[in-house]
Amino acid sequence: MATANKSDLAITRVSDTELLLTREFDAPRDLVWKAMTDPALMSRWWGPRRYRTVVDELDARPGGKWRMRNIAADGGEHAFRGEFRDVVPLERIVWTFEYEPLPGHISVETMTLTERDGRTLLTVRNQFSSKEDLEGMVNSGMESGARESYERLDELIAELNT
Amino acid sequence: MNATFSALAEPNRLQIVELLRHRPLSVGGIAERLRMRQPQVSKHLRVLSEAGLVQVRPVAQQRIYGLRAEGLKELDDWLVPYRAIWSDRFERMDEVLRELRSQEKSKKGSTDGHRK
Repeated sequence: MATANKSDLAITRVSDTELLLTREFDAPRDLVWKAMTDPALMSRWWGPRRYRTVVDELDARPGGKWRMRNIAADGGEHAFRGEFRDVVPLERIVWTFEYEPLPGHISVETMTLTERDGRTLLTVRNQFSSKEDLEGMVNSGMESGARESYERLDELIAELNT
Repeated sequence: MNATFSALAEPNRLQIVELLRHRPLSVGGIAERLRMRQPQVSKHLRVLSEAGLVQVRPVAQQRIYGLRAEGLKELDDWLVPYRAIWSDRFERMDEVLRELRSQEKSKKGSTDGHRK
């Protein structure tokens, strides 16, 4: 559903094992590319807000490895890793994605950038290795997703009170 | 729910849904934009409407197809947690991009100044 919110993130389940996301950014493609390949910038947006994200490796070239950790305030951390399969500057990144505590459950994310009138459309194709993996991924966000929303609500309320 | 997913598993049908996200259209309008034949579009629309994703509305002499909010909401509800992760991620990316843009602007400004 095309909602009126500014993000206008569209997510579609293309098949039992594949999800498709599209999102437009108010910036030219070279900047979006930079935000996706520069470790210092990546650490600022890739993880959920309540975590600190540490980029251990982000070697954006075919065969290069990446590893990122989301670190909670209590020190608990979630590590993710993968390998760049394809990198076409300003156009496309294909990488594998794996949550370290669940080795072998590897998904492939294909990120494509298209620029139009100074804005950039990002498409993410998220291909899972099985239907169970897709469902597991979607459900794993359940708790964190809900918590995130409550935190946002808290922020909003705090803002309204000042 | 399964009917919804299998309806969308066909790439042409997915494209129709993506197109109708922007605005409702007639069969001819859809066929023209997606470079498909009208009978083919009608067939896909029938599957989409059986899955509850699309509804038709008569406007003047035309039958206009649009997305059915309830059908899509059903899809969306299922994806709420996943969506929360990505939409948060992208909002933070917006912030980074805003900063990069203003940096570029000031860089340009200072180079111009230098040249003078």
